[in-house]
Amino acid sequence: MPSPIIQLEGIRRIFPMGDETVEALKGIDLTIHEKEFVAIMGTSGSGKSTLMHIMGLLDSLSEGRYNLDGEDVSAISRDKRAEIRNQKIGFIFQSFNLLSRSSALENVELPMLYRRPAISGRREKALKALEMVGLENRSDHEPRQLSGGQQQRVAIARALVNEPPIILADEPTGNLDSRTGDDILGLLTSLNEQGITIIIVTHDPDIGGKAKRRIVLRDGNIEQDETN
Amino acid sequence: MELYLTAFQQAISALWAYKGRTLLTMLGIVIGIGTIIVMVSIGQGANQAIQDQINKMGTNLLYAISGSSKKGGVRGGHGSQPSLRLKDIDAIRRLCPSIKEISYQINGAVQSVAENKNWGSPLQGSVPAYASITSWTLQEGEFINDRHLKTVANVAVLGSVVAENLFEPGSSVVGRKIRLKNVPFTVIGTLTSKGRTPDGRDADDVVIIPYTTAVRKIMGRALPGMVHFILVSAHSKELVPRAKWEMEIALRQSHRIPENGDDDFIVGTLDEFADAATESTAIMRLLLIAVASISLVVGGIGIMNIMLVTVTERTREIGVRMAIGAREKDILTQFLVESITMSVVGGILGTVIGIATSRVISEIAGWPTIISPESIVIATFFSGLIGIFFGFYPARKASRLDPIDALHHE
Repeated sequence: MPSPIIQLEGIRRIFPMGDETVEALKGIDLTIHEKEFVAIMGTSGSGKSTLMHIMGLLDSLSEGRYNLDGEDVSAISRDKRAEIRNQKIGFIFQSFNLLSRSSALENVELPMLYRRPAISGRREKALKALEMVGLENRSDHEPRQLSGGQQQRVAIARALVNEPPIILADEPTGNLDSRTGDDILGLLTSLNEQGITIIIVTHDPDIGGKAKRRIVLRDGNIEQDETN
Repeated sequence: MELYLTAFQQAISALWAYKGRTLLTMLGIVIGIGTIIVMVSIGQGANQAIQDQINKMGTNLLYAISGSSKKGGVRGGHGSQPSLRLKDIDAIRRLCPSIKEISYQINGAVQSVAENKNWGSPLQGSVPAYASITSWTLQEGEFINDRHLKTVANVAVLGSVVAENLFEPGSSVVGRKIRLKNVPFTVIGTLTSKGRTPDGRDADDVVIIPYTTAVRKIMGRALPGMVHFILVSAHSKELVPRAKWEMEIALRQSHRIPENGDDDFIVGTLDEFADAATESTAIMRLLLIAVASISLVVGGIGIMNIMLVTVTERTREIGVRMAIGAREKDILTQFLVESITMSVVGGILGTVIGIATSRVISEIAGWPTIISPESIVIATFFSGLIGIFFGFYPARKASRLDPIDALHHE
């Protein structure tokens, strides 16, 4: 049995909304193991985005404990969170979020620029990551010269380049046609087979069906957690 | 280090992407720095011109003239009672260690007669030290020497105006004869042209003969040993005030003036002229620099404004950078480098335009201008400072964004 990589215990997230408060997560207990392929699903307002933000260390939690890759990250500083995001989590977004004036290669190099301590051979590593997504001959193209699918591949290469154990994808196929979306999902599946833990947040049941494990959220609680 | 380099490259490409906007934003800095460069170069040029003028008169100079007299309640003006004597010269030599050289003279007017021309001019009975104290060089021939003084020689040195009016221009005048009050003199030298003195007289309109000759053969009415004007040089500029004090003590002692008595002489320095002139240009320059500084501040606010716009426009990008691991410091650095790049490039442009403008002003108005390397270094440094100062607030705002809000910014 692989070891747990994400352990959430009694996670609550409360947002102040004017005079009232909104409880987006009402006590989540969840364990994800290494090399899992998980889909987090739910309607908008179910709390799936908040859960993703907390797992991705973009947001802090109000209550509970979060253990990431053997480290307690429940209450750490902003800069420490940035450092862990940089090394342990690769992000993939619905709208790709590439820097528009930078080439594909520069985009892929970016996470390494923020890495401490600094590493050498960045160009080679970036090229290798582009090769893994099949875009080695597009390295000098700017995002606007690439198709949507190609842009998402560049984003995946960017997510891979620091060799994180986890990839967090937020609706990665949301802006793509179904065929290209399938390609991207195929790519993520093959990365998962190479040992990377993949977590996809989506409202699309088709994508959920392709994941090995589905976690469905409803009103800030886990409603369903099933594995194929 | 490499992060700064990358930040700089990114800054350049970001600024280049909005060329027009960047240029307009930089304009305030360009104008401010340009104005300062021009003002400083004109000010330094003017100061140099004044300094040159003063150096032409001689350096570290002090003078003494006779003071006012009081006889039975009637107070004459300065020089009404010629009080300076040769014994005062000896007293100064003895009592004033700060003084390097002493020259003294007796003044009059004389009609010079050459072969077929004549010319009226001031006459000066002087001593050899006069030429070195006033750093006055000779166009031709030699100046009065100690032997001339001792032998009461009939020799004369002519100012360029006198020489031109007595002899054909361009001809050699050394060895030629002239007559002063019917006494024959041999011309031994001519002086280089000095232009006007600070009080507007023509310094070149003068005949100089040995002091002894002037007293004994030309100035019939002169009292024996009388001196009209003492000119001395101090060992250094710093010693000028001390030399003035020493000279006053020496003269009071030599004139036996009691403790509470009034001086019957005046000691002054030539720097007083210079100080007044330098001060007025300094005030003018300060005013203009104040105006230029205001334009720099306005330019800085322009940079701040455009940086705030940039941060808003690129909120999404900031969110992405944060998500993939940029820390607060990284974002702060990135935007600071951008604003510094903008202001320093503006500063360099302003410097180049300022230098070109000073050249043009020199050329057209004929004012001397001096571009000092210091002013260029200070201008660049100062524009960098503006970039930091006015870029800090927008950069800090960017670095403090919440990653989630930034990522979801439309």
